[in-house]
Amino acid sequence: MPGSVAPTASRARRIARFDATERTLHWVHALAFLVMLGSGLVLYVPALTRLLPDRPLAKAIHLATAVAWLAALVLIALAGNRRTLARDRREIERFDADDLRWLRGRPAPQGRFNAGQKAHAIVQAALAVLFTVSGVLLWLGERDTDLRFAGTIVLHDGAMFVAVALVIGHLYLALVHRSTRRALRGIVLGDVDAAWAARHHPKWAAAETPGDDRV
Amino acid sequence: MGDVDAARPEPPAGRPLGRRAFLGLVGLGLSSLVWGEPLVRLLDRAGGALPDSLSAVIPSPAGGWRIYAVNPPFPTFDPATWRLRIDGLVREPVELTAAELRGLPRADQVSDFHCVTGWSVYDVRWGGVRFDTLLEAAGGVRPGARAIDVVSAEEPYVDTLTLEQLRVPDAMLAYDMDGAPLTREHGAPVRVVMPRMYGYKGVKWVARLHVTDRVEPGYWEQRGYDVDAWVGRSNGF
Repeated sequence: MPGSVAPTASRARRIARFDATERTLHWVHALAFLVMLGSGLVLYVPALTRLLPDRPLAKAIHLATAVAWLAALVLIALAGNRRTLARDRREIERFDADDLRWLRGRPAPQGRFNAGQKAHAIVQAALAVLFTVSGVLLWLGERDTDLRFAGTIVLHDGAMFVAVALVIGHLYLALVHRSTRRALRGIVLGDVDAAWAARHHPKWAAAETPGDDRV
Repeated sequence: MGDVDAARPEPPAGRPLGRRAFLGLVGLGLSSLVWGEPLVRLLDRAGGALPDSLSAVIPSPAGGWRIYAVNPPFPTFDPATWRLRIDGLVREPVELTAAELRGLPRADQVSDFHCVTGWSVYDVRWGGVRFDTLLEAAGGVRPGARAIDVVSAEEPYVDTLTLEQLRVPDAMLAYDMDGAPLTREHGAPVRVVMPRMYGYKGVKWVARLHVTDRVEPGYWEQRGYDVDAWVGRSNGF
């Protein structure tokens, strides 16, 4: 249980949504993505290259961040709460009848992750693999001509375009959209408003025993 | 491991569609190593039919330049002091000003640019001077001349092309690109354009053409790239 927040008065009952492992995983991912996006765009966009002409530096930042990101993922898998990670995976990879209804735009009660969040997590996980494989191939291709393929940079760039579109949507829902931005607290502090959870994630909120919330 | 502990909700029912979607996306993405580049080339060719104003706003992974440099910041070009030195095995070594260079017989061409890392820019319009013209400006080559060390103002970048290679009809020292003087990041005031070879042969910020009797490995060639960098026939392609 995250212990960083002092329990507040009962006027806002909260339930725990993400533990320290999940939040660390999210923010490692977010930070690494932004640094690699920034340094990658400097390598990619001539207008930015003009502002920041130190290509070797941008490349070094890009590569060091990639290595740090992968190392952090391994560290989280080893030192984090593996039970939580297994639960996340179980929840994200399974779609029940309600999820499929929800994806078709019909009202359907949702669990801790709604079907859109599951789909987003799945695409992001696939992108993480594709970024890594194409990035490693780009790196190896500079050293071994057998590993140089014309499609490598197309894949790396294509993954970037998809990821940026998804992240913009993610930021909109997390920061701007009225009915979803209340979830932001969950990924920052770990808990969310119980009444909000009951409205948006009723199957999960109901399963959290009443009276046994994190206070 | 135990499926759930008592305090946790049951794992959600349902089918592992997400796992399949994940594996499918990874497979699709990896397969694009094969079909991605031809597709982008096709789209780019199709995009060439669009008006320039429209195609300019469409992000195109293959249509855009990436600026490579090895020793920032980019060299600056001062027309008052800049000279192109042509020396080595030539009869009359010269130093040309930018204006004198532009006074030489001009050549124009449209050609593609291929980077060895996999990106390409198609249908670039170049204006410049053929190498034979430049060598004539230096009185012609002396016996034994075989190649030109193209020395960049960006130290220590250098690359060598043989005279034979530089006589292909679309090799030039370019000062205009797409109808405008070469910009700083593209190598102002002059760069080598060698469309049949990968971009690292196209030295930017050229300061000196040193005619020699042998081919020395250039900057990237000392780092493992092929000296004869024919597009599609070198560097593992």
